[in-house]
Amino acid sequence: MRRAALIGLGFGAGAVHLAAVGVLLAMHQRWIIVDALTLGQAALLLLAGGAGAMAQRQVFGAVAGAITAVPLAALLAVMSLVPLNSVFIALSHDLLDMLTLGLGPAAGVAILIGGGAIAGLGGALLRNSSPLVRRAVFPGTISIAVAGVFQELIQLMLQQYEGPVGDFRDFVYTWEGLSLQGAITIFVLAALFSEVLGFVWRMRAERNVGGDHRRERMIRAGIALAILIVLPAVAGSYVGQVLMLVGLYILMGMGLNLEVGLAGLLDLGFVAFFAVGAYSTALLTAGSAHALADLPFWMAMPISVLLAVVVGVLFGLPVLGVRGDYLAVATMGLGEIVRVIVQSDFAAPLLGGAQGILEIPKPRIGNFVLGSPVSLFYLTLVASAVAAFVAWRLENSRLGRAWEALRDDEDVAQALGINLIRAKLLAYGLGAAFAGLAGSIFATMLTSVYPSSFQLLISINVLALIIVGGMGSLPGVVLGSIVLIGLPELLREFGEYRYLFYGAVLIVMMRLRPEGLWPSDVRQRELHAADETLALDAGADAVPAQPR
Amino acid sequence: MVGRYIARLNAVDVVLWGLRVGVVAVVVIGTAGTLIKGRYNAAQWFDFVMFGLTIGSIYAQIALGYTMVYGVLRLINFAHGDIVMTGAFAGYFVAMPLDRSGFLEDQPVVAMAAVLLVAVIVSTSVAVLTERIAYRPFRRVVGLAPLICAIGVSFFLEQTFRGMFGSAVKSYPDPPWQRAAFHVLGFNVPRIDVLVIGLALLFMGLLYLVVQRTRMGTAMRAVAEDGEAAALMGIDVNKVVVFTFVLGGAMAGIAGVFYAFVYKQVYFLMGFTPGIKAFGAAVLGGIGNIPGAMLGGFFLGMVESVGPTLFLDGIGIPAPYQLRDLIAFTLLIMVLIFRPHGLLGEALARKRA
Repeated sequence: MRRAALIGLGFGAGAVHLAAVGVLLAMHQRWIIVDALTLGQAALLLLAGGAGAMAQRQVFGAVAGAITAVPLAALLAVMSLVPLNSVFIALSHDLLDMLTLGLGPAAGVAILIGGGAIAGLGGALLRNSSPLVRRAVFPGTISIAVAGVFQELIQLMLQQYEGPVGDFRDFVYTWEGLSLQGAITIFVLAALFSEVLGFVWRMRAERNVGGDHRRERMIRAGIALAILIVLPAVAGSYVGQVLMLVGLYILMGMGLNLEVGLAGLLDLGFVAFFAVGAYSTALLTAGSAHALADLPFWMAMPISVLLAVVVGVLFGLPVLGVRGDYLAVATMGLGEIVRVIVQSDFAAPLLGGAQGILEIPKPRIGNFVLGSPVSLFYLTLVASAVAAFVAWRLENSRLGRAWEALRDDEDVAQALGINLIRAKLLAYGLGAAFAGLAGSIFATMLTSVYPSSFQLLISINVLALIIVGGMGSLPGVVLGSIVLIGLPELLREFGEYRYLFYGAVLIVMMRLRPEGLWPSDVRQRELHAADETLALDAGADAVPAQPR
Repeated sequence: MVGRYIARLNAVDVVLWGLRVGVVAVVVIGTAGTLIKGRYNAAQWFDFVMFGLTIGSIYAQIALGYTMVYGVLRLINFAHGDIVMTGAFAGYFVAMPLDRSGFLEDQPVVAMAAVLLVAVIVSTSVAVLTERIAYRPFRRVVGLAPLICAIGVSFFLEQTFRGMFGSAVKSYPDPPWQRAAFHVLGFNVPRIDVLVIGLALLFMGLLYLVVQRTRMGTAMRAVAEDGEAAALMGIDVNKVVVFTFVLGGAMAGIAGVFYAFVYKQVYFLMGFTPGIKAFGAAVLGGIGNIPGAMLGGFFLGMVESVGPTLFLDGIGIPAPYQLRDLIAFTLLIMVLIFRPHGLLGEALARKRA
């Protein structure tokens, strides 16, 4: 019981936090099901349901759910008595309306706590239900959420078609979002699909025990690639633009992955290499006053990558002897130095200062100009594919193994005859090459470069995405970029809460799943082995600690 | 003899020596150039020094938080700069109504005490909460996970404050008594500088006494020396860690209010730069070393304030003031590369470095 109350209070504090920073109200502006459920309400239900599920038994679940609502109800009561929005800008009248459904504070408190209890009970019931039920409910709800939240995009895609597709769209969507009948249809379809899939899966698993994991993985990767190739052509230029950005971050992610994931060198100045790539392409191709040469993009790109490698090695040289968390701060300082110099009047005659460099031409093949976001996306895709191949080969090479040894223990690695200086400098240099390539494409994408595009935030973004995806894992990088870069781009109105989300994701991932969403095999084995030894340690500690 | 020495030299050493020589050359040539040109008079130099001491005393207070937490947990509390920011915000929401009602002008002592008190309460609570939620689960984890989690906490705090109070820069109250200056020997000494330096010295002295003389402070030093041995001696390590965060958070809150009074503004990202610089100051003084952090803070403040004009003006760099952060970051990196155990060289840090 006490546990249920604590869980409820924890989730309740989360709900109050959401309300206080304004996310809740922003989410409330977006329907999932028109005139029935907003994203904000769904988030509250999810919190209460989660608390209920964690509390395990049904009764406790309801209690935990109700308690989840208590802090929010208290906030509501205070808000209805004292206007708080002169200090807390998010605690506005609109929020009050949302929480009370416009029925006044007393009814609002009752609705919140009642709703919380029901959601908590639901969560607990779901947790204790049979897999058959869960296999239907989870995919169904998730499908509704996706279909509702991304309705604009999906409608835009479906609009291009007439006939049965158009009829289906009219049935499922009204012009402002998912209709109730549409939601029910999607739920049923997704649930059926998932049940059938689960059934087939089990049948297959029974027939061939063990299975060919490698082949299966290749097939899955192939499907993902096919979707990536087809999607932007079907979905139009906005999706193309988002995917292009995702592609650039995948490139950078793979580069940082060599440094952090394989070699264990936590580099927070990574953005400097990206900037070098972008600025050298700009200087080599631009038609403006700062240009040094008038090369075509295809000549400038390899030179930019080469320059990025040189800068990467120069960047790595002074910090060779710095380890661990000191390295993180030192590289961050180096990255900031690069930015300060680029921004200053001192370097302005060469680099354009705060005004940046303009008029960078788009790449062209013969007479065909790669001008649209979709065609630039294909350029990024090809670059990423080449980079991924290089990264994959590096991972399994002698150098890759040397990096892993370096990550695990520098001293032992040196004792085993690994040339630390060479291995580290190669990590910086090759990592920088990926970022330089990304920067080069970035420059032509924007046709201009400004120092303000190269903030520390980019380094942190890249770090966050490889952590979310799984350090040292290539598919993890892709997954991380889609989740951390693609999703926020598609959910534009939550743009300002993006970094709040990043911060929360970093903390939660480190606590619950440090190996990432799609971990590399080696990492997973290591972490699990670590769990086992930790458990042993804890057992060993527990013995002498008991007699006091 | 010389030939053998050169043969043993590798490329890395050459680069590092080049770096040292380059930085020293810039400092020496720049200083000489500036002094020969003599474009600045004594009063201007005095202003630079005064500002350096003021900002240095603030860095010193922030650096204490880094150094104590690092001593006890071996963790860079990446979010410490943002804890400074929470203090500045809390102070703002007390100082603003007090300023509007004229109380800050009529009763400066009581009003400032109230502002500082609220700031300290808020920053201390935030510090303790972050420790409980984000750092305690990593107590026994080695590797990058704790640092990455700390980066996450930093982001989370910044963005939470942005969400709650908006992203606009808010200007801090500027009562006339702060703007007034004393006149000593023909130099102008701004009152706010005297207040900031004086109070910073007072609070740091108090902190030093707490760490050196009280039971809890002794326990803290014991944990910093050897956590496991301290635990075996019956010291409650959790309590010590919380105590460390309380002390660090309180200093950060005071520093936040002072920083905001000096620069006259608050916004959600304000903690980042002073945080990183103060970390540099803590390393400079030898991380884990409390007097070292204080000295490091003052040193960094002075270099940052006097440096641009003294070093860079002489070699003809335009608008050297823009490169103030460059000097601070260069100092930080030089320290991390060449003297990771700091100028005072604490034995504790040498074990790690």
